[in-house]
Amino acid sequence: MEFILPLWPAFPELFLLLAVSVILIADLFIKDENRIVTYGLTQAALVGCIFITWMWATREPVYTFSGMFVDDLMADVLKLLVLLSVMLVLAYSRPYLASRGMFRGEFFALILFATLGMMIMISANHLLVLYLGLELMMLSLYSLVALQRDSATATEAAMKYFVLGALASGMLLYGMSMIYGATGTLEITELAQLIAEGSTSDLNTVLVFGLVFVVAGIGFELGVVPFHMWVPDVYQGSPNPVALFVSSVPKLAGFAIIVRLLAQGLGSEQLIAEWQQMLLVMAVLSIVIGNVTAIVQTNLKRMLAYSTISHMGFVLLGVLAGDENGLSAAMFYMVVYVLTNLGAFGMILLLSRSGFEADNLEDFKGLNQRSPWYAFMMLLIMFSMVGIPPTVGFYAKLAVLQALLNAGFLGVAVVAVVFSVVGAFYYLRLVKLMYFDAPEDTAPLAPSADVKVLMSLNGGAMLFFGIVPQPLMALCLYSIQASI
Amino acid sequence: MQGSSLLSFAIWVPIVAGFAVLTTGSDRHAGVARMVALAGAILGFLVTVPLYVAFDTSAAGFQFVQLKPWIEAFNVNYHLGIDGISLLLILLNSFTTILVVIAGWQVIQERVAQYMAAFLFLSGFMNGVFAALDGLLFYVFFEATLIPMFVVIGIWGGPNRVYAALKFFLYTLLGSLLALIALIYLYNASGGSFSLADWYQLPLTLDEQILIFLAFFAAFAVKVPMWPVHTWLPDAHVEAPTGGSVVLAAIMLKLGGYGFLRLSLPIVPDASQHLAGFVIALSLVAVVYIGLVALVQSDMKKLIAYSSISHMGFVTLGIFIFNPQGIEGAVIQMVSHGFISGAMFLCVGVLYDRLHSRQIADYGGVVNRMPVFAALFMLFAMANSGLPATSGFVGEFMVIMGAVKVNFWYAFAAATTLIFGAAYTLWMYKRVVFGPIANDRVAHLQDINLREFIVLGVLAIAVLWMGIYPAPFADVLHVSVDELIAHVMQSKIPAP
Repeated sequence: MEFILPLWPAFPELFLLLAVSVILIADLFIKDENRIVTYGLTQAALVGCIFITWMWATREPVYTFSGMFVDDLMADVLKLLVLLSVMLVLAYSRPYLASRGMFRGEFFALILFATLGMMIMISANHLLVLYLGLELMMLSLYSLVALQRDSATATEAAMKYFVLGALASGMLLYGMSMIYGATGTLEITELAQLIAEGSTSDLNTVLVFGLVFVVAGIGFELGVVPFHMWVPDVYQGSPNPVALFVSSVPKLAGFAIIVRLLAQGLGSEQLIAEWQQMLLVMAVLSIVIGNVTAIVQTNLKRMLAYSTISHMGFVLLGVLAGDENGLSAAMFYMVVYVLTNLGAFGMILLLSRSGFEADNLEDFKGLNQRSPWYAFMMLLIMFSMVGIPPTVGFYAKLAVLQALLNAGFLGVAVVAVVFSVVGAFYYLRLVKLMYFDAPEDTAPLAPSADVKVLMSLNGGAMLFFGIVPQPLMALCLYSIQASI
Repeated sequence: MQGSSLLSFAIWVPIVAGFAVLTTGSDRHAGVARMVALAGAILGFLVTVPLYVAFDTSAAGFQFVQLKPWIEAFNVNYHLGIDGISLLLILLNSFTTILVVIAGWQVIQERVAQYMAAFLFLSGFMNGVFAALDGLLFYVFFEATLIPMFVVIGIWGGPNRVYAALKFFLYTLLGSLLALIALIYLYNASGGSFSLADWYQLPLTLDEQILIFLAFFAAFAVKVPMWPVHTWLPDAHVEAPTGGSVVLAAIMLKLGGYGFLRLSLPIVPDASQHLAGFVIALSLVAVVYIGLVALVQSDMKKLIAYSSISHMGFVTLGIFIFNPQGIEGAVIQMVSHGFISGAMFLCVGVLYDRLHSRQIADYGGVVNRMPVFAALFMLFAMANSGLPATSGFVGEFMVIMGAVKVNFWYAFAAATTLIFGAAYTLWMYKRVVFGPIANDRVAHLQDINLREFIVLGVLAIAVLWMGIYPAPFADVLHVSVDELIAHVMQSKIPAP
């Protein structure tokens, strides 16, 4: 048993695994009208997991399972954010699920399994562990998208997601095998060490070849151009709660694998120059195509999908700066994106009611007259997406642009900025619909108390972190510094 | 320094008042919202008065400085302080806010709380721009002003408001994002500081300076607005409600002029001088060409909008001739234009509220029904054309005097405004106010009520006071402007 010791760095994952098994079994004995118990158990499991992650958080990296698994500050921070986001996702989704007959045990179990997969990805120090985490997450996500069996669009989205996802996993795995061939190891820290020592210099071509496939796999994971085709279809096709989940939380895990693979494993100076080029092309194309395509969308989920693509481009811009500064900027951007996106999709869920999906732009018409408070929250969320101070989105853009200029990419920064003005147009159009147009739909909004509070907190966070961005920025900076 | 939180009050009192107004909620409590807004605006003005009283006109540098760390990760500080230039603009802004609140008292009947709150937020944000001594803080306030103005134009604007609001927003956003890149570049170049004082001392090569200058220029020229990036302004003015037009013309345009004085000139002095000819040329085009464009307008608001652009040409001209008369003239012109354009838009608002038309052709003979209004409108029209003994004359005269020292032809071209300005303003005035009563609707006009009289009367006093005895305004400027010019005259290009 020596080889798996110490065990404590993996306590959160072990606890979650135990909890999800219990919930899965317990759910069998719960009647449909008492399904709220499953929901309560799920939230309790997440709270417990947060508590354990918090208690066993560590500043110095700790390796376990023979170096396959790592717990460091970045992992703890990202896991806490993942768990909190999942709790928010579930809370936003509850009324929607209940009114659609989707309030069933599978939903919660699958969400928890996906969460477990993400946590494993975040803590992976070994290519295979990383892959296992990724697959656990992806398989859960595929099933979640297909949860509404009768819906043709959902099934189509799930098929598309599955086929493209499988292809991407294949590419990632192929890239990993190349890296293994070049270095003879799958352990990320060892990999970095071998490359740094120069013992792989004669196999550099193989390594770079592997790198290309790894980058492609990551590109799919984040949904950046040219691996973005699944994003709009999946967002639009999946049920709203699933779209909320798919569009937000997995991005945090995606950021973790960028750090683990590119920055920690393949972060030697010479390899940075290689992946910098690839990321540059992907990032710029994402920002351009994402923002331009979003303009013509009439479906809000699809519009947000293209906006996600452009935001992921911004994250990559931070990553490609290649230093701690850039990575912490990218992490900050990602955290802000997830928070903002949860708010935007949460608002869609809030406006939906039984038999009515509020996922068209038109459905937001005149929201200010129906409910000034939620309109104001959505206004903050949209301006945060544009990046206008005093909302937090501004500091995210600022951090990325600063890292980019620091690394000498002046031209790229100008392109990014010009296209974020293009992007501003479609976010503003939503503000226009909410504030300047008369409502067509006058059904009163009656969200439940918990959604009310959480939505207000979510929107308020845009403003709060816009006025005091320091804690969040510092958190990202420290966790990257402590982990690289 | 004593009283160092005064500037914070100037910024946060209106913003807190804005939130207080929002809490009054729906239009059922519109009366309460109005009272709270008025109280907030008056309080906001009162807290700026001590700034003027305690301001030391003989001291160089910034006064009422407040420095607190804000975002340590980026070394950003909550750093406030003012010199004579910012002082006048802060007073102007806080003063105008009161008038705007009163002007919207009866006119705005829908979503009153949101309307009033938007203007209070704007007031606070703009005071923040004028008081910020930290590059990022400046930018945050500068950009934040876009949100309330966008909402104001979009909700309470005219028929084409959506187009105007989006054009306003996107135009200014593009300019300011380019300036953001320049700010980040300066942050990196200065080794991680957003402090304006550090940037003033930072040596930069001419090439760097020119690029930074152009980036700043993109932001501030759009805001001023200078020809040929002025096209958003007529649209925004025409569609905005009266209050929006007043704040836009009186204060928001000044953000651009102020940006030139606070950022462009001191941070990149060599590029400023290098490119001065270019800026002066654009300014003169604005003065002359836009003056002619104003002449042919059939819409009163559009006419005043073009007249604003033309007058702002004086400001940029004054700034880029780099002598004390020019820059002091520019600042005086900014303040005076704040009063006059605000008053002109309020006058048009008075007519619009009654007849719901801004077309000159729909009026005629207004004086027969509204003699008091006609008299006040006359005064502002005269001031707009630069009649001596009104505030419009002082700034223009100083700028022309400064320009003569540099180049006679600059002054000559600028002076044509005294003809064109008089032509378009007085011609409009004649068509609207004089002559026989044009139609039935004009025949039923009611003269201005007490509320309108107070607003216009106060502005009339300000316009006359500044025209007859401008010393209180000019005195606070001398030291600040001399210091600025001394700084601009020193090259920042590092010795090879």
